[in-house]
Amino acid sequence: MTGQGKHPLHRNRLPALLVLLILLSGCSANMPGFMNPQGPVAEAQRHHFWVIIALVMIVVIPVIIQTPLILWRYRYRGHAVYRPKWYMSRWLDIIMWAVPILIVAILGSYIWRQTHELDPYRPIAGDQPPLEIQVVGYDWKWLFIYPDQGIATMGQLVVPVNRPISFELTSATVLQSFFIPALGSQIDVMNRMVTRLHLKADHPGRFEGKNMQYNGEGFHRQRFVTRAVDGDAFDDFVKRTRQLGQPLDQSVYRIIAQKGDNRDVARTLGLDTDDSDAVIRFSTVPDGLFHTIMTGSPIDWSAMTIPPPQQGTTRTSVIGAPSDHDTASSSDHPSSSHERKEAQP
Amino acid sequence: MRDAMSSIFGRLGWDALPFWSMLHDHSAMTIINGIIATGAASMVVIGALAAIVLVTWLGKWKYLWSEWFTSPDHKKIGIMFIVIALVMLARAIIEAVFMRAQQAVGLDGGFLTAEHFGQLFTTHGTIMVFFMAMPFLTGIINYVMPLQIGARDLSFPVLNQVSLGLTAAGAALVMISLVLAPFSIGGWTGYPPFTELSYNPGAGVDYWIWAVTLSTLSSTLTGINFAVTIFKKRAPGMKLFRMPLFTWTALCTAILMIFGMPPLTVATGLLALDRYLDFHMFTTDLGGNMMNYVNLFWAFGHPEVYILILPPFGIFSEVFATFSGKRIYGYKLLVIATMCIAVLSFTVWLHHFFTMGQSAHINAAFGIATMLIGIPTGVKVYDWMLTMYRGRIRLSVPMVYAIGFIMLFVLGGMTGIILATPSVDYQVHNSLFLVAHFHNMLIPGLLFGMLSATNFWFPKAFGFRLEERWGYRAAFCWIIGFMLAFFPLYVLGLMGMPRRSVAYFEPQYLPWMITAGIGALVILCALLCLLIQLWVSIRDRHANNVFAGDPWDGRTLEWAVSAPPPEYNFPVLPEIYSIDAFMTEKDRGQGWQAPDRYEDIDMPANSALGVVVAVTGLAMAFGLVWYMWWLVIGAGLLTLVAVIARGFVRQTTRTISASEVQRTHEHWLEQVRRTTPIKRSHEQSTANHGLPVPPIEGAVQ
Repeated sequence: MTGQGKHPLHRNRLPALLVLLILLSGCSANMPGFMNPQGPVAEAQRHHFWVIIALVMIVVIPVIIQTPLILWRYRYRGHAVYRPKWYMSRWLDIIMWAVPILIVAILGSYIWRQTHELDPYRPIAGDQPPLEIQVVGYDWKWLFIYPDQGIATMGQLVVPVNRPISFELTSATVLQSFFIPALGSQIDVMNRMVTRLHLKADHPGRFEGKNMQYNGEGFHRQRFVTRAVDGDAFDDFVKRTRQLGQPLDQSVYRIIAQKGDNRDVARTLGLDTDDSDAVIRFSTVPDGLFHTIMTGSPIDWSAMTIPPPQQGTTRTSVIGAPSDHDTASSSDHPSSSHERKEAQP
Repeated sequence: MRDAMSSIFGRLGWDALPFWSMLHDHSAMTIINGIIATGAASMVVIGALAAIVLVTWLGKWKYLWSEWFTSPDHKKIGIMFIVIALVMLARAIIEAVFMRAQQAVGLDGGFLTAEHFGQLFTTHGTIMVFFMAMPFLTGIINYVMPLQIGARDLSFPVLNQVSLGLTAAGAALVMISLVLAPFSIGGWTGYPPFTELSYNPGAGVDYWIWAVTLSTLSSTLTGINFAVTIFKKRAPGMKLFRMPLFTWTALCTAILMIFGMPPLTVATGLLALDRYLDFHMFTTDLGGNMMNYVNLFWAFGHPEVYILILPPFGIFSEVFATFSGKRIYGYKLLVIATMCIAVLSFTVWLHHFFTMGQSAHINAAFGIATMLIGIPTGVKVYDWMLTMYRGRIRLSVPMVYAIGFIMLFVLGGMTGIILATPSVDYQVHNSLFLVAHFHNMLIPGLLFGMLSATNFWFPKAFGFRLEERWGYRAAFCWIIGFMLAFFPLYVLGLMGMPRRSVAYFEPQYLPWMITAGIGALVILCALLCLLIQLWVSIRDRHANNVFAGDPWDGRTLEWAVSAPPPEYNFPVLPEIYSIDAFMTEKDRGQGWQAPDRYEDIDMPANSALGVVVAVTGLAMAFGLVWYMWWLVIGAGLLTLVAVIARGFVRQTTRTISASEVQRTHEHWLEQVRRTTPIKRSHEQSTANHGLPVPPIEGAVQ
């Protein structure tokens, strides 16, 4: 694979017999997705992928090798022994059942551990407190709200490198699935429900983000760029968004809620639409917008305080402290991994 | 005027015609898609007209009516099921080729609109599962199972007609949706809330709901029919553990149908309540929750997977044993493994939505449960290999499919285990990896099984062998085409490409997509080879006739009768003393004997109920789709009347006299005596008229 076989299992090229794996190993150098992981979750997933293949190969390889051998040896015009009434061998039966049972037992305990370790609801440990991001799925675009920074973007998700990111997700419309392959797990987003996801980027870069669950004709255009940048650049991004963006007010929200992709929104907002990866910036976001969308209550714009734009340095340094606004989201901090998605009327 | 029209035609208007949008919007995309859709629609119309004209010209309406449409004979119903399956298979393959063509040029665009593409993948999936796979396997079981257990017919022959009628109505509805568009774009799974009225107000989802509902009703009834038949109608001495493996898998499938189909009928029914009567089962507000649908759907969906794959397991068990000239290895354990799979299939449904946010405990438990199914399945694969081991293997056409199956299926099993690992599934869920996986199970598994069965039992059903040269070509095209078309999808899935994308923007995807497109063309060639094979076989039917009935040196009871078998299957019901009943007879030199005395045989009488249900079912579904309420009520009443009227029919059987049975049987025995027995080396030559030399001797060169 990419790291010239960093993991010992990658050198196990026995499966080279399999067309599938030849294809895989031949082309992974610039493969997008988790074969080229950019974060700890995706890296662990790639590792699991190969461990499972290696274990299952114990059963698969004999079939692939022995079937042609049996076909040749016992061919009609051959002279091998012919025993038409032979139908049972206790030893073979025991091996046949025991080997798969053993493999499944090993796989089972492995899976039990890895599933818990990689549970998307489980916060990722890091030296820095996680960055909170709220994601709302619309028909054919995503809105990324940074509650602690009081800003929001569309088209681009900008995250700091080496800092855990804690997502809260919901959908303003039908079922969708939020996914950044290079960083790790996807998670479904559903109207009136919140799901959670924890990711981290190890390296700076631009990664594809997408919706995996079909939701109509703009589905394939529901993409975004994930930009992982270092801490300073992230602060810079926050500052520029506050300066350059426009407030996410009622008229803007109405545009977002319409069917269409990022470019349709940009066009309606009068922004440059030549670059399909362009970021749409919102300098201020109504307080508690995410939870209003999630609960499905009509957004009462007059009752919502639009927080004053934060000037000067970013607030990233005080994120650990209890936030004076956006109380709704701080009560939902991912302190407990048992806290699951909640459905609210 | 408008009111009068809408009370007759409901919401059906001119805009339902596939070329309507093209007349109003002259953009290139609309015109291209309009032409494709119109071409498809006219194929349906022309095909139907051509069939009608042909039958009228040949003057065969009466024959079709009395010998086929109203016949309660399980063999004829089985064949009609398979005819439906083949027609639908052809349509769904063509749709697949269009999708592959679109994606092969789909970098930043392509020629299909997103709406059109959505209809293509929805109809492709719906047809392949409900109107290709289900009728195909139902047809094969229908034909073979009663013969294998020494029965004259199913327990409920008229119910069997009703099942056929319901499936035919569903298939017809899907076909009509080509002419009076659109079909749903919600995928074959039809997840709400996308399929709710607020997001998809058109007729498409309703087409999908009623087509699927007709199909699931049909399959539930079929399941009951099969299970009762196997439990109650076995020949004397045919204990459960003397049943052929195919019958065992038919039993497991029937039980799965009984328990697995109703959840989907309920799910689509509830969705219909949402859409028609403003319920809120799966809506996003007023207390609805789409996750209930997802659970119900997969409570059907996972057993369904095994409904589809168990009959092929049975078929391959018969094929491996027959063409290795050897008893099946580990019969009892194979039966136990089949049962294990059937039971476990109800415990794993959640693995279809690991990403919905449930706790890691639940995901892990379902992941492990899924892997447990791998154990009996793996054992089966090894049992088949050991069946060939120490055998004398003839690589006939059914065997080529079987070999393709065994080698490719284990790869699909491996990717299944990968998908069953929740942590990895978070990466590959909803991606083309998943698409590649289930095609890897369903093409080498289900479809190769069905084609293998067709080549295997066709001579039994029609009295002549399918031509082998084109058979081999079709089989190799299928195997190669499958590998070319679906292995690249694994790679694309690992690169994070979502399923159901009409276009994409990553240039890295392109070479893989082009390869997959070539694969689809090879599969199209396979379809052509199948058609040519059928044509050539019919042309050469006299040279290849196997009236004596046993062209492959078969092991089970269906080979003990003439090809094609008489309507009553067995002149007297056979006595069974062991598994491989017919092989035992041949071993003892007791095959092809005349019974001591003949008796009158009561067979079910013809009934038109199946045809009535097909027509009224279709009319009701069509009325529901387009809101033509008079049609719904009228057809519903008619169905009710027909079913009640059936209760008053007193003459439900007709008698075939002992002398006629004797005449038919002795004519066949006379022919058998005149047939030269052949060794297995001449199996594929015109010398094979269906009589083998005694088994061991026949295997010696």
